[in-house]
Amino acid sequence: MPTILMPALSPTMEEGKLAKWLVKVGDTVKPGDVLAEIETDKATMEVESVDSGKVVDILIAEGTEGVKVNTPIAQVQAEGETLEAAPGAKSAPETAEATAVPAAETVPSMAAVPAAPKFEAQADPDLPAGVEMVEMTVRQALNEAMAEEMRRDKDIFLMGEEVAEYQGAYKISQGLLQEFGPQRVIDTPITEHGFAGIAVGAAFAGLRPIVEFMTWNFAMQAIDQIINSAAKQLYMSGGQVSAPIVFRGPNGAAARVGAQHSQDFSAWYSSVPGLYVVAPFSAADAKGLLKAAIRSNTPVVFLENEILYGSTGLVPKVDDYVLPIGKARVARQGKDVTIVSFSMGMRYATQATEKLVAAGLDVELIDLRTLRPMDSATVIESVKKTGRLVTVEEGWPQNGVGAELVARVVAEAFDYLDAPPLRVTGKDVPMPYAANLEKLALPSTDEVIAAVNSVTYRS
Amino acid sequence: MARKAAAKPAQSNVPEFTKEQELEAFREMLLIRRFEEKAGQMYGMGLIGGFCHLYIGQEAVVTGITMASKKGEDAQITGYRDHGHMLVMGLDPKGVMAELTGRRGGLSKGKGGSMHMFSNEHRFYGGNGIVGAQVSLGTGLAFASKYRGDNTVSISYFGDGASNQGQVYESFNMAKLWNLPAVYIIENNRYGMGTSVERASGQPNLSRRGEGFDIPGEQVDGMDVRLVHDAAKRAIEHARSGKGPYILEMLTYRYRGHSMSDPAKYRSKDEVATMRAERDPIEQVKNRILEKRYGTEESLKEIENEIRAIVTEAADFATSDPEPDASELYTDIYAA
Ligand SMILES: Cc1ncc(C[n+]2csc(CCOP(=O)(O)OP(=O)(O)O)c2C)c(N)n1
Ligand SMILES: [Mg+2]
Repeated sequence: MPTILMPALSPTMEEGKLAKWLVKVGDTVKPGDVLAEIETDKATMEVESVDSGKVVDILIAEGTEGVKVNTPIAQVQAEGETLEAAPGAKSAPETAEATAVPAAETVPSMAAVPAAPKFEAQADPDLPAGVEMVEMTVRQALNEAMAEEMRRDKDIFLMGEEVAEYQGAYKISQGLLQEFGPQRVIDTPITEHGFAGIAVGAAFAGLRPIVEFMTWNFAMQAIDQIINSAAKQLYMSGGQVSAPIVFRGPNGAAARVGAQHSQDFSAWYSSVPGLYVVAPFSAADAKGLLKAAIRSNTPVVFLENEILYGSTGLVPKVDDYVLPIGKARVARQGKDVTIVSFSMGMRYATQATEKLVAAGLDVELIDLRTLRPMDSATVIESVKKTGRLVTVEEGWPQNGVGAELVARVVAEAFDYLDAPPLRVTGKDVPMPYAANLEKLALPSTDEVIAAVNSVTYRS
Repeated sequence: MARKAAAKPAQSNVPEFTKEQELEAFREMLLIRRFEEKAGQMYGMGLIGGFCHLYIGQEAVVTGITMASKKGEDAQITGYRDHGHMLVMGLDPKGVMAELTGRRGGLSKGKGGSMHMFSNEHRFYGGNGIVGAQVSLGTGLAFASKYRGDNTVSISYFGDGASNQGQVYESFNMAKLWNLPAVYIIENNRYGMGTSVERASGQPNLSRRGEGFDIPGEQVDGMDVRLVHDAAKRAIEHARSGKGPYILEMLTYRYRGHSMSDPAKYRSKDEVATMRAERDPIEQVKNRILEKRYGTEESLKEIENEIRAIVTEAADFATSDPEPDASELYTDIYAA
């Protein structure tokens, strides 16, 4: 026989007042009939019947305060049920279950949180012996990566402001409209939130969009679609619907463009589960990682850097140069100190390394390349060897990529540290416009050298 | 090309300016023109960094509207193409130019740059770098006007490109819902960077963008300062009288590139030359002044010389004023 329980009006409600009975013993009720009114300090609610039958008992009197959620408040005899069954109703399985486990008193299971799985990054592919290396700019490398992937898979399209006819605000999409046509290289209006959402929707339907943000500053208009729609979709759908999409464009400080156009989003996006976040420095990594990003079924935030677009590097000439996402690169091996950086920070780190090596210090320099999944294993292994860590990034210090690295190193290699790790970051200020202040706001090679000197106790 | 030079809506009886108004418009617009030419030159010399968006060609828009507004009482806000707005609103050209060069005497102490200048005193709220953001902010200024009941209006300028941003429509809806004294000025210079209106807008008549929200709109020849002024008077009066928001689409044209580096491949040289030759807002005023004998070549030359002196003084100041002190790096982040 159905027992009516004291309902919860909200997930946090523990008890309430049974304000009023609208039925009495002997009444016949059907589904949807209001049986009683419940009150808490926040709300009132009507208790409806889900069964048809006769009210045979009212267990809690009208006006009773502090009725615990899930307490039986009435008994209804279902149509066709015999009265004899009624008194023993509490032993009915459903009722027993319901009264036994009051929601509010559920004890959280301590065994519940499994260890987060470790991301296993692959090593870089071996290059064929004697492979030809071609010098190109980061810009060309990114352009080639998109062109090659678009040739391979016609579901890939590029969308963004000025990507087609203008050939890209920073010319990354040069020639793509000519080769792939306006159906696959699409100029959008200035509507970041809208077109990011459209691209994510297209990705849900199985297309593989590349969304270019003219700069990542403008992607703040679209961050909701990147995080709430793209990053969480696979999880929310229990693994059914993925968003194979790349969001890319220049990130970080540009030159003299002021506070709203100069900032680093590395730490922002790299804190979000469900995204891969890539931030290459060299031309080869730009190419190999963008190709990997386009092939990824997980949404990728691909952080380029305007100042690096024109810098050149050697890119191996192989048919398919695809690099593993999630793998740091040891740019120089050394045993005295570990410097870790990524993207534009690598420029300061590299210059500092050259000077420090010339001064006799054996620096190990690591380029993270990917920020999520973060290859802290490579960093920790290095720090176990050197005992000293300096991180370099353009972003703000609080909750930065360096802060994350330091936390991981301290947690996992504390006993190996010979000095407190130091972070070199952008200053804790919006980017100023004046040339002298802008210089002060950015990290510098000298600051990296000073930090290394400090952790190695040299002057 | 769907449309030739910025369409000139048929205007039967053009509201004439008085002598004073013609001369005021001439002076204001010429100040913007000369100032911007100087800024372009200084950019070329490396004295101005980053982006620098010049207003040359669009002078009649901000001039006509500001002449119809209550200067210093009505709030104005725009995007990054903002130098002209500040000059017409009466901000010191020296302070504007010194901000462009990033010096301590700049309106934002050198910390804002070309896109970020403000003045509480003149009720100018920027100077905003994120396309479309000024529309919501400007609607907020209107909200404050209504909240305080101070009988001011808020004037928000934004481009044809900006008119496609989502927050513009969220703002339109609330502005009408709450009947805020908001005047929206769409400066349709026919391109957002390299994208023409026709390639960016399903409905290229931007004055109709408020229809779904029940906000009236007008398309105005934004090269004729008299028509701008006349429409602005209507729009401002509508807003001030409590009837809610109003949209003016100003058909205008920018002669220079979007910013300083601009491939200029998206439009023909001829298109630019035709606009300059046939529709120039300053030439129009100048010709009328001479025709109506409100001035002579000589008297106009005198005005021109005065303006040149103002601009030269601003440029000199902006080159000799020192950079901000290093201690300014950490100031102005948290309010006292
Ligand atoms: C949200 C955002 N997206 C993109 C940009 C880059 N951007 C700066 S100006 C501009 C074109 C704007 O055109 P329009 O609104 O017509 O104004 P105009 O430059 O013609 O005055 C673009 C795309 C930006 N600053 N902010
Ligand atoms: Mg425009």
